[in-house]
Amino acid sequence: MKAFDYAAPASLPEAVGLLASQPAARLLAGGTDLLVQLRSGRKQADVVIDVKKIPELNEITLAADHSLTIGAAVPCYRLTDHPAVQAHYPALAEVASWIGGTQIQGRASLGGNLCNSAPSADSIPLLIALSASAHIAGSAGRRSVPVEAFCTAPGRNLLAPGELLVSLHIPAPAPHSGAAYLRFIPRNEMDIAVVGAGASLTLANGVIAAARLALSSVAPTPLFVPAAGDSLVGQAPTPAALEAAARLAQAAASPISDMRGSAAYRRHLCAVMARRALELALTRAQENH
Amino acid sequence: MSAKVQVQTTINNEPVEFLCEPRQSLLECLRDIVGLTGTKEGCGDGNCGSCTVKLGDRIVTSCLVLGVEAAGQSITTVEGLAHGNTLHPLQKAFLENAALQCGICTPGFLIAADALLQKHPQPTEEQTRFWLANNLCRCTGYDKIIRAVQAAAHEINANSGAAQ
Repeated sequence: MKAFDYAAPASLPEAVGLLASQPAARLLAGGTDLLVQLRSGRKQADVVIDVKKIPELNEITLAADHSLTIGAAVPCYRLTDHPAVQAHYPALAEVASWIGGTQIQGRASLGGNLCNSAPSADSIPLLIALSASAHIAGSAGRRSVPVEAFCTAPGRNLLAPGELLVSLHIPAPAPHSGAAYLRFIPRNEMDIAVVGAGASLTLANGVIAAARLALSSVAPTPLFVPAAGDSLVGQAPTPAALEAAARLAQAAASPISDMRGSAAYRRHLCAVMARRALELALTRAQENH
Repeated sequence: MSAKVQVQTTINNEPVEFLCEPRQSLLECLRDIVGLTGTKEGCGDGNCGSCTVKLGDRIVTSCLVLGVEAAGQSITTVEGLAHGNTLHPLQKAFLENAALQCGICTPGFLIAADALLQKHPQPTEEQTRFWLANNLCRCTGYDKIIRAVQAAAHEINANSGAAQ
């Protein structure tokens, strides 16, 4: 690995200042993507800025209304093991236990998963389904963007030079709502999704009041399909309605063929995984009083 | 070359200070600087688990940790498992159940399994397989490793009188 300097700022202003003065800096949270990329030469850095000592990037805060703030550097195991996350965001606790294996979960963060911006990132479709926003800080101030707008191309995102991801914010789940992320992988664990689907669904008076659906591994970025969720609004939660929404997600996908699956196989899986994710979100919505 | 950094850690319950470059992984620091060569390098990118060590209270692949990140933290490597000449129950069970052949993956499996037994004193086969999914063995086919971990759990629980 090419030589670099290391800094571990203890505050957000310090990190932002450092980032502004160091154009060739890279941010290190869990390092499970970055260190592989630096070692292979796919990315370069003069300075590696370790963000794990910044308090805002390390918090998990469940507000009184049950909205959730997750610091960008919080490792996955802390979400999986967090009783309030398990209780109010079971799909999030689940997805955090599916990224890599035990060792990776000790380091890797959802913030890093988002900033790495892989089309196959497991957490992103669920964050989109949960209407999460990304809170960003830079020398020009702070801004917040919906997660579905964050990734712009494989490995690329809208962070400007000098900006860093501070946290992910998930609004309070509505009563009678549920969410789910499911993926298809050939192994039982430690694998990259051939296709993944994240869904959320809210019931009111026996009909679907809101729904969101997003897919992974089927487009250059994690793919939000507003039409799929919108098609469900006002409908009774019947198998036919869920199937029709899943078909809309399938139609929006533009998968490629690679070592993990052919485009045709992925297209088939889009409808299957989208339908199953909606079904699980519905089950959870029905159980969530 | 970047300036070297002095790193103070606790390794296997002993205070250890080492001097490393920021780019050096914890794995390189342990093996090439501190001289603890029990931790093995397999893939070098976090997939195989051979370089697993305990950092703080979590297991990590030490190829994906910078040595400088270990400052102020405690580390347990395979050298820290045995008490003098008395093997750890996991080490004994791996030998008795023939849970290794070439042995390169074994230190990583032992450290990962030790963390598993601290979290789940009597893990099910499924818990064991999921927990150890980040550790690859190309010799044994895993069954003997799973049996060894369960045998070690039995022995530890029998000796401690735990009713788990």
